[in-house]
Amino acid sequence: MTQTLPPWHEIVLNVFKANEVKLITYVPDNVLKPLINALHADPYFTCFATAREEEAVGILSGAWMAGLRGMLLMQTSGFATLPNVLASLPCAFQIPVMMMISERGTLGEFNVGQAAVCRTMRPILDSLAMEHHTVSRLDECEMIVDRTIRQAIMTQAPAALILSPLLTGGKVVAR
Amino acid sequence: MSETTHNLKRMYRFDLTTRLVAKLKQEEAVIGGIGHSNFDLWSAGHRPQNFYMLGSMGLAIPIAMGVALAQPARKTFALEGDGSLLMELGCLTTVAAQAPKNLIIILFDNGIYQITGGQPTPGLHADYVAIARACGLANAAWAADEAEFERMLDNALATDGPHFIGCKLDSQGPKAQTERDPAQIRDRFMRGMGTKKNRTLG
Ligand SMILES: Cc1ncc(C[n+]2csc(CCOP(=O)(O)OP(=O)(O)O)c2C)c(N)n1
Repeated sequence: MTQTLPPWHEIVLNVFKANEVKLITYVPDNVLKPLINALHADPYFTCFATAREEEAVGILSGAWMAGLRGMLLMQTSGFATLPNVLASLPCAFQIPVMMMISERGTLGEFNVGQAAVCRTMRPILDSLAMEHHTVSRLDECEMIVDRTIRQAIMTQAPAALILSPLLTGGKVVAR
Repeated sequence: MSETTHNLKRMYRFDLTTRLVAKLKQEEAVIGGIGHSNFDLWSAGHRPQNFYMLGSMGLAIPIAMGVALAQPARKTFALEGDGSLLMELGCLTTVAAQAPKNLIIILFDNGIYQITGGQPTPGLHADYVAIARACGLANAAWAADEAEFERMLDNALATDGPHFIGCKLDSQGPKAQTERDPAQIRDRFMRGMGTKKNRTLG
């Protein structure tokens, strides 16, 4: 018997709630739009855009130390602006800054810049020794997001969730 | 309170920081930005509610904003250098948009990158209070001298913000260096914020 699963963004929103992840900061991405819209519409969440992804790392670090859990939403190119602040703030201070990255630059990317930036993402995460998982299947979405959040909090370590186009459909260019 | 930079006294960062710390009676949070901003916070007398940022240049204001959002009843200060603010200038728009009432930004403007050798910043002709106001922070002003700095602090502690207090600095260096142990700094700060409660450490 196959059960029908809700769309990925609904699963993600429910996992955020289950883990009391209330503060959502983002620099937008088209693929993340349904999630961002749903988070804005739900009064459980405090959800806003920052001018830069680096800022959001600072906001989430301060919020976590003061007792409020959060998540940074961004696209691949946003993540690529972050190595310095990740190394010197959440990694050095052992703060579980959690990030959700919409993966651009692969599986049919039309922008060569995005493709080049995409190749830097996992090597950066690996060289920072940061836990990261790629969500590519709907049936694995809840477990990967939930367990990654729980582990980040329990081990006081930053973590990244990469949303593959296999999950989200990605951004496609018209033929 | 001044909206222009004419006739502003150049003040000593350690003295201003000491004056600030002397006014903190309600376990207010203070985030010291990279380098000398947090060195003088450390030298002014450690408090569990102090966070000393050791890297991530430009993030003192965002970190303070995160603390302010998490604990709306606690006044939260960010101490930031002008070079650092320049690196993350856009954060003033984020602060203005969210407008946390309990956030107070103190800008230490010495016109230089003091810790890296005193090179002038490109903000030579910039007026950071004017920038803050233009970003939507209506409660932004320069402190003309120490007495006014204290009055502005009293006002910021007594009224809703966000507040932005600009201070022009003289060229004196910091008193001493902060003890650099990030995990310990974070742990102490969390105890100061009441988010870690067991009694093993002070
Ligand atoms: C991203 C980044 N670029 C450069 C540096 C090197 N750096 C560390 S502190 C600093 C100057 C800070 O200037 P300011 O905030 O004005 O404080 P001051 O030293 O004048 O007290 C610089 C350039 C850094 N730590 N991070």
